[in-house]
Amino acid sequence: MSGQCALGREAEEGVAVGKLDGKVALITGGARGQGRSHALRLAGEGADIVTVDICRQIASVPYPMASSEDLAETVREVEALDRRIVAREADVRDSSALADVVAQGLAEFGHIDILVANAGIFCFGNKDASDDEMFRDTVEVNLVGTWNTLHAVTPHMIERGQGGSVILTSSTQGLTGRGGDGTGGAAGYTASKHGVVGLMRSFAAHLAPHMIRVNSVHPTGVDTPLVNNDFTVKLMEERPEIADMGVNLMPVDLVEPIDVSNAVLWLASDESRYVTGVTLPVDAGFTIR
Amino acid sequence: MTGRVAGKVAFITGAARGQGRSHALRLAEEGADIIAIDLCESVPNVSRFYPGATYDDLAETVRLVESLDRRIVATKADVRDLAAVEAAVREGMATLGRLDIVVANAGIFMFGEETHRVSEADWKDVIDINLTGVWHTAKSVVPHLIEQGSGGSIILTSSTAGIKGTPNAGPYTASKHGVVGLMKSMARELAIHSIRVNTIHPTGVATPMILNERAFNLFLPDVDHPTLAQAAEAFTSVNSLPIPWVESIDVSNAVLFLASDESRYVTGLQFKVDGGSTLK
Repeated sequence: MSGQCALGREAEEGVAVGKLDGKVALITGGARGQGRSHALRLAGEGADIVTVDICRQIASVPYPMASSEDLAETVREVEALDRRIVAREADVRDSSALADVVAQGLAEFGHIDILVANAGIFCFGNKDASDDEMFRDTVEVNLVGTWNTLHAVTPHMIERGQGGSVILTSSTQGLTGRGGDGTGGAAGYTASKHGVVGLMRSFAAHLAPHMIRVNSVHPTGVDTPLVNNDFTVKLMEERPEIADMGVNLMPVDLVEPIDVSNAVLWLASDESRYVTGVTLPVDAGFTIR
Repeated sequence: MTGRVAGKVAFITGAARGQGRSHALRLAEEGADIIAIDLCESVPNVSRFYPGATYDDLAETVRLVESLDRRIVATKADVRDLAAVEAAVREGMATLGRLDIVVANAGIFMFGEETHRVSEADWKDVIDINLTGVWHTAKSVVPHLIEQGSGGSIILTSSTAGIKGTPNAGPYTASKHGVVGLMKSMARELAIHSIRVNTIHPTGVATPMILNERAFNLFLPDVDHPTLAQAAEAFTSVNSLPIPWVESIDVSNAVLFLASDESRYVTGLQFKVDGGSTLK
């Protein structure tokens, strides 16, 4: 039955073989939160990492964004797993900066097999920014940034000719508009995350002949600084209807970053070698409520 | 015992061969004990397409699971017979102590006629096995999972025909869409118990169900005795990835992910393992 089990986890003389040994993953938004968790989960299974994060504030975002120290901590934790990492401060809205990072990653590792387009912002509830500013910033980072990332990485995957796996971070708000209130923060987030699904489907069709798979993950609220921060906690206290809107069907308030990372790992690995075009919810039943 | 489903018990229908056997082995390899059932007979109306599994096939599944040092309770049972399914679950749980994972995999495939020309008998067989059989499976396991109180994962095998219409396979397509309806209702009912319910939607899988001349003719109606190579070319046209079909292990790897705690907050998902077939 060796053929049956060929894609399962194997062990040689008690040494576990990583699911991603020899692979390289590029992850955007890797300084903290889900992005760092993905870097550590993939590195833990043998992948080397290329990551970018903006590491500075965007004015319309109401919670503190990641810092250079956060990115340095991701580097430290990946290296503690005995994997290599190329980490750069770059804004996904800046396509030439992304191209530079991809070039540096390729110079270091020679190839990129896995792309996790994770960088994103959430301006919901900010009273200090205009609706127009929040809408445009959110779409620029979450949707145009994902387009820039795809454009920076996938030509290399095609040229190399050895397939690949692309995972785009959408959201439950990529599948439903529940909670929409007409503000730029809410509409920008929902529109951008729905747009990510469109990118996923379009690129899944585009890249399938090259054995490059493209899927999206759709988390409900995740316990990271994007959701669990002073600003949002206070907002929920002021407007309890928002907290009610966010209730999941399973008895869990927030999922953990590792839950999204486990889905990303599965989609990144050869266990899903024929899975493409899937919108994978990690949402404790939020979207079926 | 280590493994991604170590210490869990999985109930799998249609486990004598094909995808069902592959699921049993993949889950056993990752530490699960198995409760298995299969009809172990040819369904008369299906025999003109492909032969059913045999008791020897089920015995081979038992041998292979035991060779992985896992326990298995295997019973010849028909998913159309609710009492038989319930008894198999009861007996399996009595031996193995618990139940965590359910894979409702048993199904048949009949095709080749426009839907309005299908016989009453063919319609009834497909719906009874592929849809009512899945409901029987769910009805047999859910009370145990709720009473046990430690959650669970129920995986229903649908098909790309549970997402898109498949011409000349009306009963099959209706049954596999019906499975999605069951999944959606149960996912909402059972979330409060931390029991997750998802469907799997494979494109063609390299098993006896499709690797036969009749199935080849579905895609090559004008070719007498089509070869495997001709069929592969025709099947490839269905998918986006340049592959004719997937292997059972590819579906099993998805089943394993959904069965394990790696997907502990994933429910209500139509999970495609389809080479991009439904993107087209």
